[in-house]
Amino acid sequence: MGKLKASSLALPLIAFVVVTLLVPIFSLVRLSVYDSTVAEALPKTAEALQAWSGTDLPSIAIYETLAEELIAAQETRELGRVASRVNRILSGSRSTISKTPRRFARTDAPDARQAFIEIDEDWGELAIWHALRQATDTFTSRNFLQAVDFRLMPDGSIERMPESQQVYVTLFIRTLGVSIAVTALCFLIGYPMAYAMAHASSGLALILQVLVLIPFWTSLLVRTTSWIVILQQQGVLNDIFVFFGIVADDNRLTMVHNMTGTLVAMTQVLLPFMILPLYSVMTNIPRDLTKAASSLGANPFQAFVRVYFPNSLPGVAAGGLLVFILSIGYYITPALVGGSKGQLISNLIAYHLQTSLNWGLAAALSVILLVGVIVLYIVYDRFIGIDRMKLG
Amino acid sequence: MNTLFWRTVKGAIGVFTAFGFLFLIGPLFVIVPLSFNAEPYFTFRPEMLMLDPEAFSLRWYENLFNDEEWHRALFNSFFIGICATILATTLGTLAAISLNQSNFPARRTVMALLISPMVTPIVIVGVSVFFFYSQPFIGLAQTYLGIILSHAMLGAPFVVITVTATLAGFNQTLMHAASSLGANAWTRFRRVQLPLISPGVITGGLFAFATSFDEVVVVLFMGGLEQRTLPRQMWSGIREEINPTILAVATLLIIFAVLVLFTVEWLRARTAKQLQPQ
Repeated sequence: MGKLKASSLALPLIAFVVVTLLVPIFSLVRLSVYDSTVAEALPKTAEALQAWSGTDLPSIAIYETLAEELIAAQETRELGRVASRVNRILSGSRSTISKTPRRFARTDAPDARQAFIEIDEDWGELAIWHALRQATDTFTSRNFLQAVDFRLMPDGSIERMPESQQVYVTLFIRTLGVSIAVTALCFLIGYPMAYAMAHASSGLALILQVLVLIPFWTSLLVRTTSWIVILQQQGVLNDIFVFFGIVADDNRLTMVHNMTGTLVAMTQVLLPFMILPLYSVMTNIPRDLTKAASSLGANPFQAFVRVYFPNSLPGVAAGGLLVFILSIGYYITPALVGGSKGQLISNLIAYHLQTSLNWGLAAALSVILLVGVIVLYIVYDRFIGIDRMKLG
Repeated sequence: MNTLFWRTVKGAIGVFTAFGFLFLIGPLFVIVPLSFNAEPYFTFRPEMLMLDPEAFSLRWYENLFNDEEWHRALFNSFFIGICATILATTLGTLAAISLNQSNFPARRTVMALLISPMVTPIVIVGVSVFFFYSQPFIGLAQTYLGIILSHAMLGAPFVVITVTATLAGFNQTLMHAASSLGANAWTRFRRVQLPLISPGVITGGLFAFATSFDEVVVVLFMGGLEQRTLPRQMWSGIREEINPTILAVATLLIIFAVLVLFTVEWLRARTAKQLQPQ
């Protein structure tokens, strides 16, 4: 009874998280490898193409089946989605497919194959048929391949993307680089701040705590807005620089809507997540330790490096990992202050979701990002312990 | 080495630290005066620096209070925030009480699951719930319910963490005492445990509310025009037509944050006092 009751109170939340987060994420993973648009819209064609040799044009019967199903798809308004799916495999095939059912009835060619070729010469080539056959596969690796700058050719072979289109690996590396930089900056700036909070006289310590906690509780959008106000060309910082003659009025610095903006704003936004775990570890380091080191002849530098710092390492690890995990999936700040050069992987996921509507690719990029975060999360749990996570 | 050297080093670190605090808090102090700018600019004009009263005005606040869209956004933020908080706090508190039992099976794994919404990149949450809730047989995209459920899920980990932390200091013998006096499980919870852990529950609730109140990505991906919240409205303001009304909203949000902060700290102090052995 005891054991059953103990866990039963947690069941509602477990079920809630499963339904509102895990199941949606599972459907995202499915979306990254699964696409039944074409298989469902053109079922008979799909079946017939499985038996097709792939070396000669398909039989007239297959052309007839396809014509029938394309006309049906046009009526159910599925044609557009079919065409864009095939177009992702063989670019330029969208119009070929969309115009075919409309014109098919009007041709007077002796058979379906000739009718198709009359509508568009591409129907006389093998490429579009390979693309079509590939599109009828419900499981596809093309999204993941594209997410790492490879592409699946219509004939099933895998090639690297042309150099001009290799964007994602660079972006993953950039995201990683920014996360490392932000974590390092937060550590550098945050460590002495946490030290000051932990070891100042109680009055000052209280003020410093409030100074850290106000930004912690302040809306992320507010803080990002304030960076736009400060960093823009006609902004506060440039005004100060011009006033002191550091830069000329006609040569103001561009510090926002680029990588600088992303780095500066992200560091400030995530700084409390570094300071608070550090502070909670530092308040528990006995002052006597450094005193003992000094009395044994260590200079302040040695006392810090050999005694104090090692004792604060759990805080460094907790804060550093937390900042790193949060920055790797950062979206809002780069989207608002990053311009085109300061975008991270999350921003591209949002782009494919909202603008290019390439949902399969958005899903594949998300899954890769998610795997990275899960690995970090497990590391965090192993070394720091999730139940030791503290807030504010 | 001489003491002068170490004093200089200490001084330099002190200055660096001071700049750290300025870097962290300064941006917020820049926004507040600019929200009173009489001109539609995001910069300080010379008149403002000379404290000329003509340079200041409340026009952006007037704009804000007269604008239907901002009214709606304010209502939406509070409506969604309160619903999500009630849901997150109820589920989170129950789960934390249950996780506090020493014989809880697979505690670590369950904890990792319950905390996971906190570290899942918000874009992934947004993309997943958008795809999932848009499916015709679910149909929760562009509804209040869809957003409330997502926000409650994002806020629940904070409740679990704060209540678990409060429970760590909770004296279980109180429950045994209540039990020996004939209290049933519900009475024990309602009359003994809940009053003692309530600061933790309220703190968790405030975290959950703040999470929802500040959330923009889920609303951006999944919400319709009707569900625009304050941060969503700010997002449009920053991206589309930058307008100092945003700074007026930002100032009000900073004041709100300060109020929340002091409430949380007051509750924390109360818990610490309460849990001290008499």
